[in-house]
Amino acid sequence: MFADYSMPELMSIFAMQGFAGLSLFSIFVLMALGLAIIFGQMGVINMAHGEFMILGAYTTYLTAGLFENVMPGLYGIYFFVAMFLAFIASALLGMLVEWLMIRHLYHRPLDTLLATWGLSLILQQAYRSIFGAREVGVSLPDWMMGSIAVTDLVEIPINGLIVMVVTLVIATLVYLLMFRSGWGRQVRAVVQNRPMAEAVGIDTGKVDRITFALGCGIAGVAGAAFTMIGSTGPTSGQLYIVDTFLVVVFGGAQSLLGTIASAFTISQAQSTMEFFLSGSMAKVLTLLVVVGILMLRPQGLFALKVRR
Amino acid sequence: MSTSRDFILTVEGLTVSFDGFKAVNDLSLYLEHNEIRVIIGPNGAGKTTVLDLICGKTRATDGAIRFKGQDLTRMKEHQIVRSGVGRKFQNPSIYDDLTVFENLEVSYPRGRSVMGALAFRRDQQVIDAVHEVAETIFLADQLDRRADLLSHGQKQWLEIGMLLIQEPDLLMLDEPVAGMSVAERKKTAELLKVITRNHTVLVIEHDMQFVGDIADRVTVMHQGQVLSEGSLAHVKADPKVVEVYLGH
Amino acid sequence: MKTTPSASSLMSRENLYFLVLAALLLLVFPVLLDAFRLNLVGKYLTYAFVAVGLVLCWGKGGILSLGQGVFFGLGGYCMAMFLKLEASSPEATASQSTPGIPDFMDWNQVTELPWFWQPFHSFSFTLIAVVMVPVILALIIGVAMFKRRVGGVYFAIITQAIAAILTILIIGQQGFTGGANGITDLRTLMGWDIRGNEAKTVLYFVTAGLLLACVLLARHVLGSKLGRILVAMRDQEDRVRFSGYDVASFKVFVFCLAAALSGIGGALFTLQVGFMSPSFVGIVPSIEMVIFCAVGGRHSLLGAVYGALLVNAAKTGFSESFPELWLYAMGALFIAVVLAFPNGIAGLYQRYLMPLEKKILGGLGKAARTPSTAPARQMEETP
Repeated sequence: MFADYSMPELMSIFAMQGFAGLSLFSIFVLMALGLAIIFGQMGVINMAHGEFMILGAYTTYLTAGLFENVMPGLYGIYFFVAMFLAFIASALLGMLVEWLMIRHLYHRPLDTLLATWGLSLILQQAYRSIFGAREVGVSLPDWMMGSIAVTDLVEIPINGLIVMVVTLVIATLVYLLMFRSGWGRQVRAVVQNRPMAEAVGIDTGKVDRITFALGCGIAGVAGAAFTMIGSTGPTSGQLYIVDTFLVVVFGGAQSLLGTIASAFTISQAQSTMEFFLSGSMAKVLTLLVVVGILMLRPQGLFALKVRR
Repeated sequence: MSTSRDFILTVEGLTVSFDGFKAVNDLSLYLEHNEIRVIIGPNGAGKTTVLDLICGKTRATDGAIRFKGQDLTRMKEHQIVRSGVGRKFQNPSIYDDLTVFENLEVSYPRGRSVMGALAFRRDQQVIDAVHEVAETIFLADQLDRRADLLSHGQKQWLEIGMLLIQEPDLLMLDEPVAGMSVAERKKTAELLKVITRNHTVLVIEHDMQFVGDIADRVTVMHQGQVLSEGSLAHVKADPKVVEVYLGH
Repeated sequence: MKTTPSASSLMSRENLYFLVLAALLLLVFPVLLDAFRLNLVGKYLTYAFVAVGLVLCWGKGGILSLGQGVFFGLGGYCMAMFLKLEASSPEATASQSTPGIPDFMDWNQVTELPWFWQPFHSFSFTLIAVVMVPVILALIIGVAMFKRRVGGVYFAIITQAIAAILTILIIGQQGFTGGANGITDLRTLMGWDIRGNEAKTVLYFVTAGLLLACVLLARHVLGSKLGRILVAMRDQEDRVRFSGYDVASFKVFVFCLAAALSGIGGALFTLQVGFMSPSFVGIVPSIEMVIFCAVGGRHSLLGAVYGALLVNAAKTGFSESFPELWLYAMGALFIAVVLAFPNGIAGLYQRYLMPLEKKILGGLGKAARTPSTAPARQMEETP
């Protein structure tokens, strides 16, 4: 399949597709970070994670509308406000869901899967009732449009670049929060030994709620980023949920770095193959390889060997 | 110790490391037929890991485990069980949703393949075997009860019974009297005495009174290695053992 | 939760419930419902095959598969391929640029029947494939995963990914599979027109009869020692392993059995509905099949049948009158069945109606202990 292209052409195809893959990578990372926190740290399968992302996307859409109509002069910075609001909206909903539903199911992971699937159906229909079935999009402010030409053949879109930067910042923040802060220590303590954590005075219920809310909030940020590279519909989130779960499992559920590495691998593989094969075959091939590898190495790529 | 004697189980140079931490380090152990051996040692000495290694739950990094001439390190868990090694876990692990009878029946060593289990019939032979074992483990009048309704001590006995019905040559028991009342402990000690008439038994235990009641020989483990071995009186007098238990 | 009265009374009660179901499916529905409704019920019953399989592998064995739609779809596609070939005889397709191949292939510039379609000219091959294709895939997945001790949520996610893969593949390979529209316009089975009302009624009885047979088969499996090993495995996997059982092979067996049941259901679906498409294969239908089973009661074979009937009847009812409310109802059902009544209808029946039933039976005394009163009770339970 490479024979039709010259060498420099191939290189620039890889570069461009690689960059296109980086946008996908960013969404994967942000979605997967939230999911990895919820699944890896709490053992909860959140099938509604895509809908939390879409909540962030709709929040961004509303914020953009607000800026456009009320303070058009400030439209250039709406995105950063929207990102913050998206985080808050998804985190609040997450907190509510944890309180109403998840906390009753901590010892039944398969049941959280079914219950959150139900939640996702309800949220999808709610979005459809509120925002309509048609997809909505935001118009980017001028400074985010256009692209930077790196060479004659390679151009990098600015919005993609911004999404990348946002992803890197969020990933760093999550890392610092989980591994360098007192709160992160509490979360990990609860994961490793809940009764002991309770005994030393950690309010495990509160830790659970905030952890879940944080994971959902990050999904909200993913939604904000998502508006920059695609349009938003009620079921857009569902399209990503299986891929994201594979990313998390592939990376080894306990490891944040593994999650990022696996998001990178999967998104790059898919995006590069997409250029040469049809989109659906690229996806089939990617998923097949991931599933195949998971069958050979079920603990994921970055899991530690421990006494079972 | 040489291998010329007729050992049922020989463990030599056994080592396992978890991420560089050697939970069991170059351990050797020799069990004679029908002997009761007790492993004691402080927490974290690697006692449970030794049982895990013998029954295949954990794979050894290095070393050999030979049982009746077979190399256990290469066999799968169910093959090891079928070769005659029975293992009781620290927490009683029985099937709560099944009756005592069914618990024992599921453990009966026939129909262990998928097709065998489908074709399995509860014939007189099975019923007799279940009743016989139930008698031994003091549960003859509890056969129709659901297992989760048993007391903690009865659950421990049931699990021992589930091993007995398999007629293993080597029984490995991880803290069989933990959480039992004094009366239950006495009964369990009697039970073990009966069992060892035709089984070799390897026990992990903390209760020194109980150890004194049952043990032929005692192996003291510390930091993954054998610290001392011999009669209970012998190891109690061993200065190294005293150091580990009383020192620091 | 299982109560264990003496074995003989348990057997007779189970037999009684089974007879009630048989009477409902073979007598009550055909008498009360018109041909259109009966055909709908027949369609729901094909999902009950999947639900019964899920009771075996999820309820009893603790293995949650979110990919049962894959096996349902494979069974359905096998049947559809046979029917499509029969509908694509050279005479019937003379106007195509390549006569004798299915119409969608012709539209997609495929000029030769692909190799994997060839054997589906044979009906006996098709019947074998309906069961064996799902079983072989389940065997591959099962051996790969269970031998490596993958279970629980990992297994669920991977089966879901497989459902996604198969859907994308079917839609993407339009020329070979009919794409998103599926394989449509199926007409005759060995010359017998399957589109008329009469044929649909016959197919309904075939479906109901096969379903009852499958329930009996499943009951036989659960009644054997294998059934007790499944339950034991779900609760104490290590204990079973260290009692000398190769745990993985039992899991593979029950997963394959569930796949076979789903495949049969899928084939009957194709026959009754007259087409097969990827919308019965993917993630969403697969997880809905789990909810049929959960609503009925994940531990109860008969409950699974009632669950499939009820949820689907509700779905049809809602989509006819309030389509926009259906997703809310379905979502709420998922949450309620997990939070409020995890043992489904069967659990509710056992908790609330069984004591009542016992009271009535007890009041009537031993002499009157004939089945005559109990079916009436059971009927109220079922819609």
